[in-house]
Amino acid sequence: MQFSSRRKKYNTNSQTELYLHPLQFYGQPPLENISLSEFEAFAVDRLKLLKTIENLGVSYVKLSEQYTKKLESESKALNFLYRPDADDRKSSGPTEYEKRRKDHISHFILRLAYCQTEDLRRWFIQQEVDLFRYRFNELHPKQKLEFLHRNNLQYDTISVEEKKALQDKLVNSSYAVSGITVEDQDFYKVPFQDALDLVRTRKVYLKAGYVFIPHQDIVTIVLNDFRTRLSKALALTARSLPAVHSDERLQPLLNHLSHAYVGQDYSIQKNVGKISLEQIDSLSGKSFPLCMRQLHQSLRENHHLRHGGRMQYGLFLKGIGLSLEQALQFWRSEFIRGKVDADKFDKAYAYSIRHMFGKEGKRTDYTPYSCMKVILSNPPSQGDHHGCPFRHSEPELLKQKLQFYKVSPSGISQILELVKGMHYQLACQKYFELTHNMEDASFSLNHPNQYFIESQKVLGGGKDLKREMDIPQRSQENSATRGPSAAPEAAANASQELAEVTEELDSFFQDA
Amino acid sequence: MSSSNYDSACLPDLLPLYYRRLFPFSQYYRWLNYGGVQKNYFQNREFSFTLKDDIYVRYQSFSTQTELEKEMQKMNPYKIDIGAIYSHRPNQHNTVKSGTFQALEKELVFDIDMTDYDDVRSCCSAADICCKCWTLMTIAIHILDRALREDFGFQHLLWVYSGRRGVHCWVCDEAARKLSVAARSAVAEYLSLVKGGEETLKKVVLTDPIHPFIRESLAVVERYFPRYALQEQDILGRKESVDKVLALMPEDVRKELQQDFQNEKKPENRWKLVKEQANRKQGTAKRGQYFEKEIMLQYCYPRLDVNVSKGVNHLLKSPFSVHPKTGRISVPMDLKELETFDPFAVPTISQICEELDRPRTEEEKSEDTKEKENEKDAAERRKIRDYKRTSLAKYVKYFDQFLEKMARSWKGELLKKSDLQKDF
Repeated sequence: MQFSSRRKKYNTNSQTELYLHPLQFYGQPPLENISLSEFEAFAVDRLKLLKTIENLGVSYVKLSEQYTKKLESESKALNFLYRPDADDRKSSGPTEYEKRRKDHISHFILRLAYCQTEDLRRWFIQQEVDLFRYRFNELHPKQKLEFLHRNNLQYDTISVEEKKALQDKLVNSSYAVSGITVEDQDFYKVPFQDALDLVRTRKVYLKAGYVFIPHQDIVTIVLNDFRTRLSKALALTARSLPAVHSDERLQPLLNHLSHAYVGQDYSIQKNVGKISLEQIDSLSGKSFPLCMRQLHQSLRENHHLRHGGRMQYGLFLKGIGLSLEQALQFWRSEFIRGKVDADKFDKAYAYSIRHMFGKEGKRTDYTPYSCMKVILSNPPSQGDHHGCPFRHSEPELLKQKLQFYKVSPSGISQILELVKGMHYQLACQKYFELTHNMEDASFSLNHPNQYFIESQKVLGGGKDLKREMDIPQRSQENSATRGPSAAPEAAANASQELAEVTEELDSFFQDA
Repeated sequence: MSSSNYDSACLPDLLPLYYRRLFPFSQYYRWLNYGGVQKNYFQNREFSFTLKDDIYVRYQSFSTQTELEKEMQKMNPYKIDIGAIYSHRPNQHNTVKSGTFQALEKELVFDIDMTDYDDVRSCCSAADICCKCWTLMTIAIHILDRALREDFGFQHLLWVYSGRRGVHCWVCDEAARKLSVAARSAVAEYLSLVKGGEETLKKVVLTDPIHPFIRESLAVVERYFPRYALQEQDILGRKESVDKVLALMPEDVRKELQQDFQNEKKPENRWKLVKEQANRKQGTAKRGQYFEKEIMLQYCYPRLDVNVSKGVNHLLKSPFSVHPKTGRISVPMDLKELETFDPFAVPTISQICEELDRPRTEEEKSEDTKEKENEKDAAERRKIRDYKRTSLAKYVKYFDQFLEKMARSWKGELLKKSDLQKDF
């Protein structure tokens, strides 16, 4: 039966209908043909978005103003941002429809890449939930309601009588619920398994296995539902993976994606040999993040660092461009000043330095630690100097240290405030801003080597960095570079670019 | 009733007897089979045994009740733990492709251990318990049982005495068995009010509004507080205890009370003064206005180990297991008799083995002759009668009642399933 051609723009298929709505649960996979290049590009973009979300989530309180602003700008840059009210007339570039289609497709591609292991799934789910939370939050109240109904979250509301009977209990269960809330809003009866966050923190009234939630709080429920659905879907996806992997066009890309960290991991030494050993002392004061400055100082004072410190600092030095030879010389000369003689150094410590550069053992090229790794793993104990000073130092000691490094008193108190709120990376960023005399660092700190590079940029080292992008082969025989340095012809060729990207991506997750 | 002197050195002799003639295998199987509603539920259940000389074996599993009996009678475990129901038979887990062998379901469990209260009980410490501090367990059971039933809607709760210094709760509802790790952890957190380790002085902090769950729990605590805390533990009598209690109050209140306590020595009256101060404080300050409630909770509210409840694969001591150090049987507790439960009256393995050897009564002798006529079930019946002759009887009877109640829900499930399979 043919209908009139009034509907010109979109044909009536469920998929396009899906894209009319600002948010979806990704219940249905996309059913169309796309090109390989679109396949790859979409997936990489979404991965970048998810990585941004991960970093922002560590640095800022979720859904705070800074968080949403930064996420919005990143979404825009990646052509993922869509406004709840799609108005195609205004925007140039991809239409809202196209953006939503990209969102839909990229999500499902990443499912393929991230369903394989428990760790991958957990990571993917966490970022997708955070992304969903952000987007749901941006919806208007009416759209939220519409979303619920469209997605079969048919939670029953309780009758007015029941509400009255439970009024006291409801009011006393939640700080946010007042008598007025009870009168004005609908309350939903939700099984407690669907509202675990509220149950865990005892922020809701619980009776006979059901929690009673005012309409305004329904987002927690929605998030849990999203998480559960995604978790189940990933388990199912994993089962159909062998079929997907048999397509040899897809398999390599999916493997790269799941090992990827889109962005810098500072493992590929781009400026080997640029730094001379004599510069390190002054660099440590100017361009090292506090953790590395502290480690360097301890090394100079004690002529020794324990294993944790050697790893954290040693890999950092590798990341800023020290060659293996330089590193060996550096550590050796310092240790010899202490209790270690040359022989012992060569026997005991040199091995581990070479190990760091991938020249021993399983020859893994270890990656310099990211902030997250420094903060979350291997906390320092008595006698250690590694870790993140904002996280691991007693506030008093941190204060003294900052004073010693001549940070202003007001700056110190700003830093301590951030530390109190557990925003360690923000505190370090603030330290950057104070020591470089800047208002806003304009980057989101997540890696000590990133700190170094940004610092060098600010202090005028920018030209060095730019230059190094064009230089092809490095003749340093000992450099631990792999992959892209062999073919950086700055090619405009899309596939070569992609190859570079994917090879770069490959080298992450080789964390020690 | 005094239990016969138990000596752990006798275990090698007592255990075989226990497992051959006293352990209630058919009830045990009935429980863990859950009516056969789900296929392979019993077969995929993990058991772990601690054998003589501390040899520990995991991933034990059995196909039938008979196999369970035979194995236990062969191995004579000192301790039995129950784990999760897995995706495959635990004793074949090595043959399963790595990653696919997973814990799927298990009862929701809680473990309340008296040592967690060492900072607030003065009568005992560590593994010791006495009738004075046992009240803490009574309070814990009242509070948790109410919450699990009324707040969470669970119905089939089995409370078990651990045999030495605590109690366990097994929540056996189907919904409970299917809970995820996150859900279990959420339930445990909901039930947790006492937080903090050695360095934390003030372990309970209440803020407005006071959740109905906390109010209900306080109501239970208040019933026991005067006798338990003020009299038996004498927290407002001896100087060190008084100081500890005062330390939990806001500074201004503390100073005043220190003064008042110089003139008032009776604990009950001292507590009255505390409550008066609390009433004055209420509504004035944001923090610290509920300090008298916080004190009561810190001294009495149940302390549970969240980690025990969280894990689907966590192994917990089995009911009817023997406690190697005390010899006591881990018996189910009938909450109707909770107020009079005496952990020191719980039978030990030596006691019940001795009771087995008691000369039979006339009644039992006549039943014996009747049975000789029907040899087939004689052995079975004798075994059943055996535990009935011992102090274990009432606990097995209570366990039977518990199972009977659950069985009604299984029947419903089986009917549902068979309906689904019928062709119309």
